[in-house]
Amino acid sequence: MTDTAPAAVSAFAPPQPVLVNASRFRAAHAADWERLEYLVSRIERRSVRALQDEDLLALPLLYRSALSSLAVARETSLDRALIVYLEQLCTRAYFQLYGVPSSALSQLGRFFRSAWPTAVRSIWRETLVAFLLTVAAAVVGYVLVRGDPSWFFGIVGDGMAQGRDPSASAESLRQTLYDTKGQDALATFAAFLFTHNAQIAIFAFALGFAFGVPTVLLIVYNGLTLGAFLAVFAPKGLGFGFVGWIMIHGTTEMFAIILSGAAGFRIGTAIAFPGRQARMDAAVTAGKTGATVMAGTVVMLAVAGVLEGIGRQTVTADLSRYAIGLAMLVGWLLYFYLPRGRHGVVPA
Amino acid sequence: MALFRRNRSRRATGPQSLRRSFVTPEGVDLQIELGGAGVRAAAFMVDAVSMLVLLIVVTIAIALLFVASKQSALAILWLLGFFVLRNGWFVLFEMGGRGATPGKRLMGLRVVARDGARLTGGAVIARNAMREIEVFLPLTFLMSQAVQGLADSFVTIFSLGWSGIFLFFPLFNRDRLRIGDLLAGTWVVRTVRGELGADLVRATERPRRIFTEAALDLYGVYELQTLEDVLRSGRDDAIATVAAAIRRKAGLPDDHDDRGFLDDYYAALCGRLERGLLVGRRRADKFA
Repeated sequence: MTDTAPAAVSAFAPPQPVLVNASRFRAAHAADWERLEYLVSRIERRSVRALQDEDLLALPLLYRSALSSLAVARETSLDRALIVYLEQLCTRAYFQLYGVPSSALSQLGRFFRSAWPTAVRSIWRETLVAFLLTVAAAVVGYVLVRGDPSWFFGIVGDGMAQGRDPSASAESLRQTLYDTKGQDALATFAAFLFTHNAQIAIFAFALGFAFGVPTVLLIVYNGLTLGAFLAVFAPKGLGFGFVGWIMIHGTTEMFAIILSGAAGFRIGTAIAFPGRQARMDAAVTAGKTGATVMAGTVVMLAVAGVLEGIGRQTVTADLSRYAIGLAMLVGWLLYFYLPRGRHGVVPA
Repeated sequence: MALFRRNRSRRATGPQSLRRSFVTPEGVDLQIELGGAGVRAAAFMVDAVSMLVLLIVVTIAIALLFVASKQSALAILWLLGFFVLRNGWFVLFEMGGRGATPGKRLMGLRVVARDGARLTGGAVIARNAMREIEVFLPLTFLMSQAVQGLADSFVTIFSLGWSGIFLFFPLFNRDRLRIGDLLAGTWVVRTVRGELGADLVRATERPRRIFTEAALDLYGVYELQTLEDVLRSGRDDAIATVAAAIRRKAGLPDDHDDRGFLDDYYAALCGRLERGLLVGRRRADKFA
């Protein structure tokens, strides 16, 4: 152990300015990194608006120079603190430059101008299936309840029926259609309906993940209920009135439920049958489309809630109800399916 | 030499590592680090508790106002507020510039798109709508049953099992994805803010020790960076241990200046290994 020691320890070299690349590298670029870090910290703490114009212009340049510093440091330097620091700095800057969503207002604008209708159009097949399922279920519900009124209680819960069952008299049923409740509770009722239905729509979308099976059940149940109610009102000569009562908000609400079901189907089918894409990629594409449609249905359900809670209680004439319901339906169909130009503008 | 002993299998980027390669459009791999399951759970708990506290405070405030004024508008406010809180908390915060809820911010996490592109509103909505079936559905189910006094063991087990599948889903895939992340094409990464440590090899006025080739040939990059950690930690006992270990291996006598000895050894080794890098020789560790 002592054989090499004396020579090794007595030697001292005179002070040298710089020994390694990392030191030179730090000295040359540290100012740029610090400025970038300062700017990124300001954006993180407040927003990009906190920056001056010259800082904004400098930001991409500083980011690229930090990135190239990182690439060089990885290859030529062994100073781990330096490399880790640059990795963290570049990652933070990257997410501020590339990863941040655009402003809420412009996202909202794009959503209504193009993203929502485009997403709805792209799931037209699923929409058609959900619509046919609803209609079929409504027919089945109607036939079942007409054939054997006891089916009604199997389909519709007591809480939802509120006395509107096959044994009710025509007069009491008529009252439920045309009676206006206390004006005070209307808005509250509308708000309750909206939040309740919107939650159901979100479920219909999310449950699509289980290959769409729970979504099918939800859609079918919705249709069955509609058919069952129709079977209660129609034999008493109130069919026309009931359809008007349902239609004023139902065209919007049913459309929204069908769309959110369709969004669920899209996810379920994309996961079950990804086609040429990888399953993961198919799920991601379907998830984004579905979420856009689903977010839109929340808006539709808000409209439906207003129509149901306020419009229906104040408009009691059958024909006006039909007119409003049909106008809403035509409006939605035109909005979604009218062909448009590339930028969401309707061609002249 | 316990300090420099390395476990090859653990250090390799195996399935446990949360580092992922992430190449920017400029072609540099940023090597981002994903948020671990524990941190994510903690962030969610913070959010859940904040939401609950907010809900309770607002409910009490609205109830007091309602008693005072009897305005039905307050009921609407509560209904809409509850809806927005339940569905909007995560979505609105994550759509903001920080890409993180308060809980995630606290834990140093943020949501980003897996492909490195802009995080779209659709993706944020998709990843959070799935929370409905992950957490809220079994919770509501359980609660409504409990209110009616019907929470039998089957219902409890079912909803706990259901939630368990979704809650522990991130543990069953290597990228720690929730179902929502899977569907939205997002993942949750750590955002670490570090200071640039001081330069250990900066120019000094004092003369530096000179080491023989044999003494510098002992170690590679891995040992060098471990030595860097020891020097930066500044712990006297660790410095003394490492200095003693290096002296013993290199056959150098003790000169009673551990810190100065290690500083000089680090500088000399770093310079030597760097010269190796310039001619394309990277000595990964002492075995190489």
